[in-house]
Amino acid sequence: MNTAGSVSWFLALLLAPLLLGIINRTKAFFAGRQGAPLVQAYFDCWKLLQKGAVYSRTTTWVFVSGPVAGLAAVLAAAALVPLGGIGAPVSFAGDLILFAYLLGLMRFLTVLAALDTGSSFEGMGASREVWFSALAEPALLLGLAVLARETKSLSLSGMIFALTGEVWTRSGIILLLLAVALFIVLLAENARIPVDDPNTHLELTMIHEVMVLDHSGPDFGFILYGAALKLWVLSALLVGVVVPVRTGNPWLDGAAVLAGIMAVAVLVGIVESCMARLRLFRVPQLLVGAGAFSTLALILALR
Amino acid sequence: MMLLLMAVTIMVLGGLAALGVGQPRLAGRLGAGGVVVGSLMGLVPALRVLWSGSGESLSYAWSVPYGSFAVGIDPLSAFFLLPVLGISALAAVYGTEYLIPYCGKYSVRGHWFFYSLLVASMTMVLVARNAVLFLVAWELMSVASFFLVTFEHHKESVRDAGWTYLVATHVGAAFLLAFFVLLGNEVGSFDFDRIRAFGVPTSAGVLFLLAVVGFGAKAGFLPLHVWLPEAHPAAPSHVSALMSGVMIKTGIYGILRTLTFLGPPSPWWGYVLVGVGLTSGIIGVLFALAQHDLKRLLAYHSVENIGIIALGLGVGVIGAGIGSPALIVLGLCGGLLHVLNHAIFKSLLFLGAGSVFHGTGTRDIDFLGGLLKRMPWTGVTFLIGAAAICGLPPLNGFVSEFLIYLGAFRGGAVNDAAVVGTLSAVIAGLALIGGLAAACFAKAFGIIFLGEPRTDLSRTHEGGWAMRLPMVVLAAGCVLLGLLAPLALRLMAPVVAQLAPLARNVVRTELMAAAQPLAMVARGGCGLLAMIGALALLRRRLLARRTIGEGVTWDCGYAQPSPRMQYTASSFAQPLTDFFRIFLWTERRISRPSGLFPRSAALHTFTPDTYPRCCTLPCFAASYGAFRDCAGYSTAACNCTCSISPWPSWR
Repeated sequence: MNTAGSVSWFLALLLAPLLLGIINRTKAFFAGRQGAPLVQAYFDCWKLLQKGAVYSRTTTWVFVSGPVAGLAAVLAAAALVPLGGIGAPVSFAGDLILFAYLLGLMRFLTVLAALDTGSSFEGMGASREVWFSALAEPALLLGLAVLARETKSLSLSGMIFALTGEVWTRSGIILLLLAVALFIVLLAENARIPVDDPNTHLELTMIHEVMVLDHSGPDFGFILYGAALKLWVLSALLVGVVVPVRTGNPWLDGAAVLAGIMAVAVLVGIVESCMARLRLFRVPQLLVGAGAFSTLALILALR
Repeated sequence: MMLLLMAVTIMVLGGLAALGVGQPRLAGRLGAGGVVVGSLMGLVPALRVLWSGSGESLSYAWSVPYGSFAVGIDPLSAFFLLPVLGISALAAVYGTEYLIPYCGKYSVRGHWFFYSLLVASMTMVLVARNAVLFLVAWELMSVASFFLVTFEHHKESVRDAGWTYLVATHVGAAFLLAFFVLLGNEVGSFDFDRIRAFGVPTSAGVLFLLAVVGFGAKAGFLPLHVWLPEAHPAAPSHVSALMSGVMIKTGIYGILRTLTFLGPPSPWWGYVLVGVGLTSGIIGVLFALAQHDLKRLLAYHSVENIGIIALGLGVGVIGAGIGSPALIVLGLCGGLLHVLNHAIFKSLLFLGAGSVFHGTGTRDIDFLGGLLKRMPWTGVTFLIGAAAICGLPPLNGFVSEFLIYLGAFRGGAVNDAAVVGTLSAVIAGLALIGGLAAACFAKAFGIIFLGEPRTDLSRTHEGGWAMRLPMVVLAAGCVLLGLLAPLALRLMAPVVAQLAPLARNVVRTELMAAAQPLAMVARGGCGLLAMIGALALLRRRLLARRTIGEGVTWDCGYAQPSPRMQYTASSFAQPLTDFFRIFLWTERRISRPSGLFPRSAALHTFTPDTYPRCCTLPCFAASYGAFRDCAGYSTAACNCTCSISPWPSWR
């Protein structure tokens, strides 16, 4: 635990919901609308925390523990991700494995909470979620393996810290392939277009949204906040690779990374504005494609 | 050492006593009591050896040709003795209650006799220090487990499963015989000590392959796994727990013991192990996804986890090939720890499956649902086991997979394309296996324990304390081993030192290095649990004095959703099984709805194992063709053997 690292953790906690606002404002801009305020997600979370809740008679404690333990898992995962040159509060050799598996834990619990309602819609969403994530996982871990090889480090903080502009000039193509793979994983893990459409109105076509249909009140607030945080940590990881500003000045480095994360949110918004959701059967091809990008990066790294 | 032999004797005596008494329930108490007492006694020398790091041995003359009654506990044996004795005792306690409904119908007394014999023979396999003694114990283990599998021998499916198992295990034994004959011939002795002292045998590569096939048939490597999905569902649940959790690990023990005989390993051995591990792991979990029978599903997960263990050993052997101490220690530690972890969570899951069967009378996942409300103990412990087998933090499955991952990541830095490529395949493979296992256990736990019952399950009941206690102990083991993993490494130090071609202090330094991230993982696990607690408190505070409503599950406005509208296990897994259909060849039978007012429609899917059809049966057919000419001579003898029924008539 270090103080500079705690800053990056608290920044994540503080700013994560802002990303949802940025994405929505970008989409509104493309649609020619004014759009909701940037801080709308904060309002939503706050309002949900003030509410009571309704539970289905079918559900058990598993349903309640899904959002609670899921949020705890992503909070723990956030503690492992650095903000560029500013290290994470916790870092050790192999923390990237813990990071990937904490996100896995969050997903497992969300899926179980969905199955606990006994609704076929939520079963459908759960089934798709495990299908896509099983394919996204190898792409993520292979990508991290390439990163570990390129930077000769085994912790997320160490890897990102060592990723200077010099590494980019040496093996830029590898990092570019890696960034593409990570971006696809980010879109899939956060249920964004082209994998899943967060704005769809039909339960049959949803993935993430349909799994949380029956949650309400503070539970749903936890879910919303957890989703924002998950988007933040994966964006921070991607930006750590793409923005190699390591001047040693924490203000400058931090500002560059924060700007990068906002830019990722804008990019997600642009993707959502420019294309439609893929047909479900096409999504695995996209994810296998991400795996192929990681593999290609690995092959290039082996030369 | 004497204590362990006494323990084995007590087990066998308990089994004989169980055979002798008239009352089946009393037989259960005697048999299980013998196993529990014997196991507790046996654990003492095992722990002593692991703690001190120095072995104990005994040797007597034996009139069997080439044999000597040489037994010994070294750290490797002691490490494997822990799960064997621990799980045997817990499964025996469970069995006393689980078998009550079978009293009078089947031979419960015979069951307890063979149960004791199985535990005793597994112990002997681990401590035997002479090839003849080893093979005798090995054979005894196979035969005893055969009779345990065919407990419900009135059913044809059970008898078929038993024969499949017997044939598969003997194919493996044939390879082992060849292995020991070759090895013993070159060394000039069948004593393990002499074999070890001999140095490097000339045909080490051939011997290694023979061992992988021979021991792999017991461990369940693909494509030798054919008996697992047949035998595990057929056997009583506590026997499945014992066989799947522990007995298949004797195959892993055999491979490790072989590695100590053959001198420094060649790098390609590591590639073989990684290849076997990847195919077993990925294909195993895919087949598991497609199953509807809970115990069959768990059996395929054993194939998967044996694959993960092989990956760990492969990483270690590759490390030995390139001379990287970190890789050796991380790979071996990960593989060995996964042996222990898998023993714990897999037997827990099989006991849970048995409890579900005991309470509901079915093992078909699609007929169940909502059991968490009716069987809270089974539900919670099964959930812990399920999360552990998926390798989710902070449970024990994560720790061992973490070590294997870490080894693979460490090795990624070397300048050897073949090594890095293989290790990257290990990383990608583990990630895929992890994702698919999570899908499979989300399906198994979600469909069985959550939602609404899919059939009438109103008479479902939880088992008594004898069934609950072992599950609770094992679930606690999953949590504790996850949080106390750095301490477990301390116990494993002598085992790794025995296996690795490294100096003792190098092993110690590397283990210290490996324990550091594990300590952080453990701290992270505690932090996670603390955060869960804090958030749960926050939620409770927030919801205090607010209106909490109750209603039906949202189903697009329908107010009366029926349980039949729920997703089933088959529908949950369908996208994945379709995506991987090239490996699975799922068979479907559809009766489509027809007419203006369709009455009924049905879809049956069934995923049989493709390997018997594609690999094993053609092999047998070919060898039958080759040996047909000789068959005429032995038909009479064969008829004579077959006419003796293997199922005893005592009850």
